[in-house]
Amino acid sequence: MRFGFLAPIGVFLLIAAVMFYALFYLNPKEIPSELVNKTAPEFSLEPVPGYGEPLSSEHVKQGKMTLLNVFASWCVACLAEHPTLMDLKKQGKVEIFGLNYKDKPDAAAKWLGRHGNPYTRTGMDQKGRVGIDFGVYGVPETFIMGPDGTILDKIIGPITEKDLETRILPRIAEFNAGS
Amino acid sequence: MRLVSANLLGMLLAALFFVSPVGAVFNDERLKDPAQEEKAREISDNIRCLVCQNQSIMDSNADLAKDLRSIVREQVAAGKSEAEIHEFLVSRYGDWVLLNPPFKARTFILWVSPAFVFLLGGYFMFLFLRRKNDKSAEADRKSAPLTEEEQVELNKLLSEGERPGEPK
Repeated sequence: MRFGFLAPIGVFLLIAAVMFYALFYLNPKEIPSELVNKTAPEFSLEPVPGYGEPLSSEHVKQGKMTLLNVFASWCVACLAEHPTLMDLKKQGKVEIFGLNYKDKPDAAAKWLGRHGNPYTRTGMDQKGRVGIDFGVYGVPETFIMGPDGTILDKIIGPITEKDLETRILPRIAEFNAGS
Repeated sequence: MRLVSANLLGMLLAALFFVSPVGAVFNDERLKDPAQEEKAREISDNIRCLVCQNQSIMDSNADLAKDLRSIVREQVAAGKSEAEIHEFLVSRYGDWVLLNPPFKARTFILWVSPAFVFLLGGYFMFLFLRRKNDKSAEADRKSAPLTEEEQVELNKLLSEGERPGEPK
């Protein structure tokens, strides 16, 4: 009990450490997805006019890894990750589907025309209901889909270099090595 | 200067009185049945808006909140119960979407820790007070008997204090 007087200081340091960690290392905006490790919900959507075939839940279950990227022409952060998606498309390692979230068809088409189209299929979710089925609460979000249509992971916000290197590319490499 | 501050005070008071927290109701499509509408609102009050996080979807003007409100209304109109609607939302957004988190294994610490900390504090207070009590009791016991030498010393001191010439 000789050092009992240090107890309050110890408690303070403990609380301070927890709060420090929470402040700098946890992001309250990132809500862990409830859908990870579950099968993608059923959907069937019309394509952005002039941009390929329609998109439905069948297309994410065709035995290969795919990315399902939620985007919109009104979304500024989508522009930030757009070059990353274009790059991925150029490398041809993974097929990317675009879920056009609550957008106007012409605006979406114009946006893809101006910035390039990284998607092999697009689907317009004009009412946002498919987005809600996927637990989308902000754009952009990117779902990493397993070959059987299981959601392996979800990236909230623009895809960063770190996301690409730790979450997307290793999974693709692993899948390619396995098949 | 005084005039300015009086004006400022008046403005503050006005702001306080005129910006009263009326429950914000947005121009959504309302349900025709008032009882159902009431129920939909009650449910919506406990659904977190995922964009603005500490607001319910009833208080938020975010697009997603609007969509979720209309989903709640649709499901109420379809006769779904509150539990079913919660399940629908939780399966998509997780427990986080409920402003009042359910009591289960994952939220155990969240619910139990306040009571635990309260009891722990009570326990330490009990120890502290008892120790204090013990100490003063000990002090009492120590001060009670005087040894023989002490008594002699005390008598001497007392008799020294008497002034000469005073009757004994």
